[in-house]
Amino acid sequence: MSAAATYDLGKLHGGLRLPSEKEVSTTEKILHAPIPDQLVLPLTQHVGNPSQPIIGIGERVLKGQLIANTDGSLGAPIHAPSSGKIVAIEPWPVSRRNGETAPCIIIECDGNDQAIETAEIIVDYTKLDPDSLLHKIMQGGIVGLGGAVFPTAQKLMQAITAPLEHLILNGIECEPYISCDDMLMREYAADVIQGAQILMHALSLSQCHVAVESDKPEALIALGEALAQIDEPRIVLKQVPSIYPSGGEDQLVQLVTNKEVPSGGLPTDVGCVVQNVGTAAAINRWVCHGEPLISRVTTITGHGVAKPVNVLARIGTTIADIVTLAGGYTEHARQLIIGGPMTGRSVSTDRVPLVKASNCVLVLADEITQGNERPCIRCGECAEVCPIQLLPQQLYWFACADNEAKLRKFGLIDCIECGCCDLVCPSHIPLTADFRMAKGRMRELADEKARAERAKQRFETRNLRIRQEQEQRDKELANQKETARLFATSKIKAIVDRARKKSTDDQDEEQ
Amino acid sequence: MEFNRRDAPFVTPATNVQSIMLQVLYALIPAALAYVWYFGPGLILNFIVAAIFCAAGEAAMLHIRGKSVETGLTDFSALVTAALLAFALPALTPWWVTATAALFGVVVAKHLYGGLGFNIFNPAMAGYVVAMVSFPMHMNLWTAPRMGDLDYHYMTILESARYMLTGTFPDYLSFDAISRATPLDTVKAGLRNLQTFEEIRVNSVMGDFGGRGWEWIGNYIAMGGAWLLMRKIIRWQIPFGVLAGLLIPSAILYFLEPGIHASPGFFMFSGGTMLCAFFIATDPVSAATSNKGRLIYGFGVGFLIFAIRTWGSYADGVAFAILMMNMSVPAIDYLTKPHIVGHDRGPKGLS
Repeated sequence: MSAAATYDLGKLHGGLRLPSEKEVSTTEKILHAPIPDQLVLPLTQHVGNPSQPIIGIGERVLKGQLIANTDGSLGAPIHAPSSGKIVAIEPWPVSRRNGETAPCIIIECDGNDQAIETAEIIVDYTKLDPDSLLHKIMQGGIVGLGGAVFPTAQKLMQAITAPLEHLILNGIECEPYISCDDMLMREYAADVIQGAQILMHALSLSQCHVAVESDKPEALIALGEALAQIDEPRIVLKQVPSIYPSGGEDQLVQLVTNKEVPSGGLPTDVGCVVQNVGTAAAINRWVCHGEPLISRVTTITGHGVAKPVNVLARIGTTIADIVTLAGGYTEHARQLIIGGPMTGRSVSTDRVPLVKASNCVLVLADEITQGNERPCIRCGECAEVCPIQLLPQQLYWFACADNEAKLRKFGLIDCIECGCCDLVCPSHIPLTADFRMAKGRMRELADEKARAERAKQRFETRNLRIRQEQEQRDKELANQKETARLFATSKIKAIVDRARKKSTDDQDEEQ
Repeated sequence: MEFNRRDAPFVTPATNVQSIMLQVLYALIPAALAYVWYFGPGLILNFIVAAIFCAAGEAAMLHIRGKSVETGLTDFSALVTAALLAFALPALTPWWVTATAALFGVVVAKHLYGGLGFNIFNPAMAGYVVAMVSFPMHMNLWTAPRMGDLDYHYMTILESARYMLTGTFPDYLSFDAISRATPLDTVKAGLRNLQTFEEIRVNSVMGDFGGRGWEWIGNYIAMGGAWLLMRKIIRWQIPFGVLAGLLIPSAILYFLEPGIHASPGFFMFSGGTMLCAFFIATDPVSAATSNKGRLIYGFGVGFLIFAIRTWGSYADGVAFAILMMNMSVPAIDYLTKPHIVGHDRGPKGLS
């Protein structure tokens, strides 16, 4: 099984060979984090709408118990990662793009880790039809663990409506420092492979590629052994070269199938479903062992922590607690990043909790120099490395000029914000940040346009209504006038007639 | 613990503009030494004068425009402009001609268009053309190549400086003793006088392929260019395009009618061909931006050089070729937009 095919890079444009920085965190086995005193669970840990708490403050919960459910729209349920008492549902610092805090359920752990009865939850998935299996996956709170945290069940439900050819398990961790998937594949290879089998059953596919970078030989061997043990010829290991960002969903599809995912489309448009290896393992833990997504492997690394390591920690553990497991901060710790150095998000406090999306806690030692931006000299290095084959140097011009039409034409919305252009820019322009901002402005503009359009329509409808009402009124008035006129004439006539009659009668009387 | 926030990516870029500009300057050093060996120290003096005026112009404009003078000067782009001007101007050029070229290039062509990164025209070439069109009589003093003739005199640095500052020679030197027509002029005049290219080649200013001395300077420039290519400071598309644009038409004409056309080797190793291919046309600011666009841009520059040298009234056409292609850049960029991944590969049309 070690003879995994390698893909040539011709199929992917640009990209960067980055220093891996992964060795430091892969020397030790995955550390199993102890139960913390407190767990902080944001109600939004996925793409979609926030989950709704279904427990009250003061209530006791058990490990694995459902504590927040979806409102039926896009989202994923949340389970208690350990037993304890709900002490609050309140805003807490989190790592997210908009805003510093978000509503969280806070559990005070009792340390017993008492689990909810699971006997009834575990079923033989092979006896389930795909729809019931997907429904089952939905209940496990499983979301994409590669970073996008799209609710897995909903992704799969969308996928089965399309003609599918490939299931690809993404075992590529192309960002420097991060090694959680590598360690997961080494130590939980069987979970990954069984997860792949469940996914194949759910999607009615009889073929699965597991793509792993060639710089992860241990993971490849572990997966190969797991495959050999269960004799599963439908699952094929694929070795891909390690180049950033080959682990991006669309980039991986391009690498494996040589097909481009259409702009604004999904991998299913070219017959592919991509799932992260961690997601596959989580599906297996839930479907075959009854354990919902309440913990994950995460990498704690960087020169700002004493002992970089991978930990299996409960969702909701605060970063401060997790960093303690890596020997605490060094005196050089300057920047705290959730995620990798290329696409991660820096946070201002280590009170933020580990969420389903957190694949890495990166503590950087040096202050990254900023603000010595120089003018763009159009050297084109950015275009050379762009995996989407955009022209960042041109986009930058148009972004500076707020030229929305050109930004659209030059594919700003296709930018995957991988950060490659930033790294090669000799002028040190924060291109990715600029593009992110320009995208935001474009969205705002589109929203504004839509709002204006709606307002205009409302206004026009109102005008039309008023005009119609006025016309109606005018017509009625005219009718009334006409009736009145007719009535009046007939009435006058009657009076005149009566008067005449009366006068003749009087005359008659006189006579 | 509390931390500072900023945007991803959290990696400092490996290169910077300053080091790119400095490497371009370093790459010119071998050629500069060869130049001084063959044609005298005028190049150095030219560079000093050009550097002073480029830097002064740059600083003044940055100040007027309310930009940081320090940041602007330390990108060394003004020095690159000065170096290119020094190579483009004759070894003996009055200081005020050099100053005019430098100031026009930096003040008008660069800063009035928005400064580094926004200039449509290559500042060095714009300045050179203004000087050439304005002061043609003061830009024809090309020194004789070393070891060309018996009455050869190597200009010392003092003699060169004296001419540049005062426009006069010491009594023991005459204009005719030290100056020669350039190889390009020689060939142009010769072909016009119905000499064959082979007959012209016996002239003492001619070398094995191009002009005597010039061909060696060309070699060293190409070496510097190769180093820049290796360091990925420049990409191959533009130099390849320029040389192809020059060599293909000249080879066709030379092989059809060898007597009345200069050889492709001569085109390649004379005048500013190599400097243009590796150092001038590769100025990223004023060149096309996509790889395909750069190939087209380079080819256009090469072909225009060939056309001007063959049919035009100027001996060398580098500066005009560059400026003309600078003007075509928006159109080239528009027509060579690369395919965006995930978009239809439909026929490209004007819209």
